[in-house]
Amino acid sequence: MEETFVRLILLLPLFGAAVNGMMGLFAPAYRKQEAVIGVLGTLAVAVPFGLAVVLFLGHHHDPVIVETYTWMAAGDLVISFDYRIDALSLLMTLIVTGIGSLIHLYSAGYMHDDPGYWRFFAYLNLFIFAMLNLVLAENLLVLFLGWEGVGLCSYLLIGFWYTDLKNSAAANKAFIVNRVGDFTFLLAMFLLFRAMTTAGVAPFGLDFTTIFENAEVLTSGTVSVIVLLLFLGATGKSAQIPLFVWLPDAMAGPTPVSALIHAATMVTSGLYLLARLSPVVLEAPGVMIVIAFVGAATAIMAATVAITQNDIKKVLAYSTVSQLGYMFVAAGVGAFFVAIFHVMTHAFFKACLFLGSGSVIHSMHHVEHELEHKGVIPGHHGGHGGDASHGHGAHGAHGGAHGAKPYAALPYDGPFDAQDMRTMGGLRKYMPFTAITFLISTLAIAGIPPLAGFFSKDEILFKAFELGYDGHVWAYAVWGIGIITAVLTAVYMTRCYVLTFEGRERWPDAMDTKPHESPWTMTTPLVILAFFAMVAGFFGLPPVLGESWIHHWLGADYGGPVAEYHAELHVSHAVEWGLLGLGTLIAAGGVSFAWLNYRKSGLETDRTVRRRLGAVYTLLSNKYFVDEAYDATIVSPITEASRKGLAPFDQNVVDGTVNGAAKAIRNLSGWWRGMQTGIVQNYALALVLGVVVVVALMIFV
Amino acid sequence: MEITLNWYLSLSAVLFVIGVLGVLLRRNAIIIFLSVELMLNAVNLTLVAFSQAFADVDGLVLVFFVMSVAAAEAAVGLAIVIALFRNKTTVDVNEMSLFRG
Repeated sequence: MEETFVRLILLLPLFGAAVNGMMGLFAPAYRKQEAVIGVLGTLAVAVPFGLAVVLFLGHHHDPVIVETYTWMAAGDLVISFDYRIDALSLLMTLIVTGIGSLIHLYSAGYMHDDPGYWRFFAYLNLFIFAMLNLVLAENLLVLFLGWEGVGLCSYLLIGFWYTDLKNSAAANKAFIVNRVGDFTFLLAMFLLFRAMTTAGVAPFGLDFTTIFENAEVLTSGTVSVIVLLLFLGATGKSAQIPLFVWLPDAMAGPTPVSALIHAATMVTSGLYLLARLSPVVLEAPGVMIVIAFVGAATAIMAATVAITQNDIKKVLAYSTVSQLGYMFVAAGVGAFFVAIFHVMTHAFFKACLFLGSGSVIHSMHHVEHELEHKGVIPGHHGGHGGDASHGHGAHGAHGGAHGAKPYAALPYDGPFDAQDMRTMGGLRKYMPFTAITFLISTLAIAGIPPLAGFFSKDEILFKAFELGYDGHVWAYAVWGIGIITAVLTAVYMTRCYVLTFEGRERWPDAMDTKPHESPWTMTTPLVILAFFAMVAGFFGLPPVLGESWIHHWLGADYGGPVAEYHAELHVSHAVEWGLLGLGTLIAAGGVSFAWLNYRKSGLETDRTVRRRLGAVYTLLSNKYFVDEAYDATIVSPITEASRKGLAPFDQNVVDGTVNGAAKAIRNLSGWWRGMQTGIVQNYALALVLGVVVVVALMIFV
Repeated sequence: MEITLNWYLSLSAVLFVIGVLGVLLRRNAIIIFLSVELMLNAVNLTLVAFSQAFADVDGLVLVFFVMSVAAAEAAVGLAIVIALFRNKTTVDVNEMSLFRG
């Protein structure tokens, strides 16, 4: 039964992608059938979700390996196309297909009337297929296949509105940065294969079963290098320092993509990889310190940037980077099941936040069009139905083409931007469903008990603290950074909510131009996700409160696949209660601080903060100039070297070789052509000579 | 003195070589045609000689084929030569290198 189910789970999304893609490609009439496309695309993910639920209910801790066929066999290397059902992959499958189907439903409303509707659903289904390959794989190579697949789909979806150069550039950036990580992942696989086979493990197919059974043949040095390389690969997918720069730019894609790929699924695959290989990762304690610190540094860096951002999706993007940092902290302190717990809760509330922002942008676009129609703001030329900002054709607040009526002033310089929180405010009145779900998720991510984010984040901080208590003093530093980040998270997320939904309306002509709530296809997923953002925390209660279901489900101590670090010294219950209280306190403090300041004076508070911080604010709002630093240290030297060294090489050596070959052939054929004199007698002579030669051969040879 | 097969074959070889040389060396298209006919007839002579020597009728049948094909070919060839002559007012084959590469 499991085998059929796994095949169906994998093949249905692929089938959906194939049908929508092919029909859309070859039958232009099909592209108009939005209902058919949407229902097919959603069912292709919803049915696998149902199957996964059945598998989940019938699962009893023993991993089930679903064998299909041998992919390649060469010497010691025998790779099978096998899939693995165990507690971890089932949980991830549930997250991917569950949240995936909600986002498909949402997309049916959000992408309405987009000319690429069919293409969007084909890509989304293909993404789900790749992601399922990633989480269900039984060996690293099949996992890598899914890993590359999600990278490809992410590229396709970020650049979905490819006619805008900015979007294409963002897609390229994501793809290239991810490629750097993929390279180290590949190196890790090569090294693992080499180390295993030289130690006599053969045949070896990079499969997890064999890796776990033979982990002890690896020397500690080799393990460290392998884990470090895997971690570098994970930093690419999961947007950690130094490879986080692609994720904020990836917001150029449609908002459902941001919710699905850049919050709930693909970016967590790095964590999944570490959790899957947790028994091996635990063998490299030195690298784990690196992981924890990189995670902590990423968390606080992204959180500080998020405070200064005005684009609603950019805030959420940096927030995602920051939360992923938390997850890596959990992995770094050896609490992999907590990392997966945070993956799960984060998937709920961050997907809800992204979809909520999409709902806001959706209705702000209507406001924008209405304002343009009324001539309150300058119209933009061309453009598309998407949520990317329209940068051209606008002249800010000063007069326009008509000359008669001056355009209304915006709260900032530049054209009207439907994603800029400075033009929003007071949306709660018009969009109650969006506002309430957004608020719930904001409080969840800020860590207000008993919402989901509180339990998972607090457990991460607790595990870091416990490791410090156990004698690894460095873990206290990680814990401290985590605490500061938690305060910042509460502040910037509350700022985001308040600027968007509270206070007075800040878009021009607000008396007459009203936004409206999104259709049911968009609000239903919001409500469901918000519900889980409220209750998902109870799956992983802290030890002092009760039994942690997710620990029992995943933990190796209880027969699950995820190993963990075992502290020898445990903190007392009193301290645990204290930490829980501290977590609650800082979350509540951050939220109320931001609420009181931004509720009253909104943008004025931003200006005050900017004045107080001065140069630091410039540093933060420019994202620590990391992009500029990369441009200066990596991108420019490479382009420069390419222009000075490689371009001449290409023009002279490569082109020279190709053109030279062509020229040589042309000369040679010119010579042969000379034999075609057109004089009959020459041909006859050749004929006679030929006959003479043949006869001579026949006689004498 | 009996006239053996070798005599016929020798005559045929001489005629054939004369034909070949004519084709290769002469420039007048008409003469080249004549030389081609000479070669064909040298072959015909060989066939007849063998047919006689071995008392086999196959050779004679082939001769009829050669003659009929040669007649048809001569008709076509002469037509081409006349057409060319109308354009170029010469039958010098060196002037007719239209198929040069």
